[in-house]
Amino acid sequence: MNVRIEAVAIDCLMVRLFDAIDESNMPWMLAATLRLREGFGAQLIDLVPSYTTLMVHYDLLALNPTQARALITDALTDLEPDASQSGRQHVLPVWYDLSVGPELSLLSKRSGLAVDEVIRRHSQREYQVFALGFAPGFAFMGLVEEALAAPRIKTPRKRVAAGSVGIAERQTAAYPLESPGGWNILGRTPAKLFDREIDGYSLMQPGDTVRFAAVDHAEFIRLGGDDTPLEGLA
Amino acid sequence: MSVLTVKSSTPLCLLQDAGRFGVRHLGVTQGGALDWVSMSWANRLLNNPLDAAVIEVTLGGLNLVAEADCCLALAGADLGAMLDDRPIAPWRSFFIRKGQQLRLIRPVSGARAYLAAPGGFAAVDVLGSCATVSREGLGGLEGNGKALAEGDRLTYSGASFELHALPAHRIPDISCWRPLDVVMGAQIGQFSGVSLFDAFNSDWTLDSRADRMGMRLLGPELIYQGKPMISEGIPLGAIQVPPDGQPIILLNDRQTIGGYPRLGALTPLSLARLAQQLPGSVVRMKAVVQDVAHREQLGFMRTLQHTTQDLTL
Repeated sequence: MNVRIEAVAIDCLMVRLFDAIDESNMPWMLAATLRLREGFGAQLIDLVPSYTTLMVHYDLLALNPTQARALITDALTDLEPDASQSGRQHVLPVWYDLSVGPELSLLSKRSGLAVDEVIRRHSQREYQVFALGFAPGFAFMGLVEEALAAPRIKTPRKRVAAGSVGIAERQTAAYPLESPGGWNILGRTPAKLFDREIDGYSLMQPGDTVRFAAVDHAEFIRLGGDDTPLEGLA
Repeated sequence: MSVLTVKSSTPLCLLQDAGRFGVRHLGVTQGGALDWVSMSWANRLLNNPLDAAVIEVTLGGLNLVAEADCCLALAGADLGAMLDDRPIAPWRSFFIRKGQQLRLIRPVSGARAYLAAPGGFAAVDVLGSCATVSREGLGGLEGNGKALAEGDRLTYSGASFELHALPAHRIPDISCWRPLDVVMGAQIGQFSGVSLFDAFNSDWTLDSRADRMGMRLLGPELIYQGKPMISEGIPLGAIQVPPDGQPIILLNDRQTIGGYPRLGALTPLSLARLAQQLPGSVVRMKAVVQDVAHREQLGFMRTLQHTTQDLTL
């Protein structure tokens, strides 16, 4: 691994660890995150992890750019992947239904698989959380199998219901809040994904693994789900 | 405790502070006052911490009534503020008596005014800040991301009985005749040579598609020749260039990660000036080295901290 440090703003440095998205990046990313948090201590304002990079936002009143670079270099010397931090495992109940998952039929058509088979394949795999972004608690997960991969819908929806579970290319995610969105929506989870009452605020964190479990309408409602049809929101 | 009652407001009248930090890895945006320089001066005029909660008023439309005698401070844009029928200029503190009405009406110069109260406005702390982010439902008076609205009661517990005004030579230049400083970013070498020349030698017009997430610039098409990018963290002020070649400057309420190539990022001082520009304004950009920008920022922070003695009236 060849770590590169690049200036990206007056008080931000990009630490580039990899060049491609890969599930095997994660133990390195988690180890580097830990080292950087320790190395910067109170001088760290924010650390923004993504698929292949960690953006370090440091306190410019405490450090100049040269000092910040040196801290990063020191923190990442002799970095070892951290396999012990395997992350938490989540099971998200999902009600897969056309009324809340309008792209189920599209994905069925694209893949040539029956709707039930699309659901089975989406929910049988264990996904890794690569990064959080787009909205509070929005976890980019992957990778979905090739047959289910689909580009974002042409015209993004103005409103996607909270809990909507979707696919974009080979990634899958659930919308924590109602928001605009362009992912192919397959169903809805009643799980609370971002809440100030949750320890750590976000249910999912980078490095966690997630499995979707199909539930029926009655179970979805029992778990507190809102079954207002997606297209009814528009 | 003193109270100001909101008589009328707009979705662009927001409680703000310096923003939300230490939570961006969760996808939570930074938020906070777009013109942090004016916010800081408004607070300085009342001897508040520089990042105490203020009201950011964009373009006007805020009307408040005082429930008790008090002292407030105004900085940033001149939005034609009136205290009953008396004009109130920015960059100073002023008394408001019980029953008097303060109105911020429409832009005379600049776009955003900052109203501060002694000790800062009271607000619910949400993840370390009261910064209002409507899109995320975080911050504001009740913590749910709502803008100020008719009937809201703004409270604060400090007191101030001395009037201060910022000396003329300290009043920031909120015009944009000086170019905006850009710390060059990692993808700078992957734009075409012509595009790099254009970026730093052309007039850029601020599009009307502008909000607290970002401002779009209209001008020559910038051509990125590098590989498609994998999403990565977005710093404040990043100038991203989507496939249409028209740059977008990303502001306080931006998404936390994104995959468009970037020219670089504006410095905080340039962002404060940009926040005062209205759609249709013309700006220019100038490249600056990270170290130089850092030293300029430290110099300005010292000025902010040590200007107490020359606040006179």
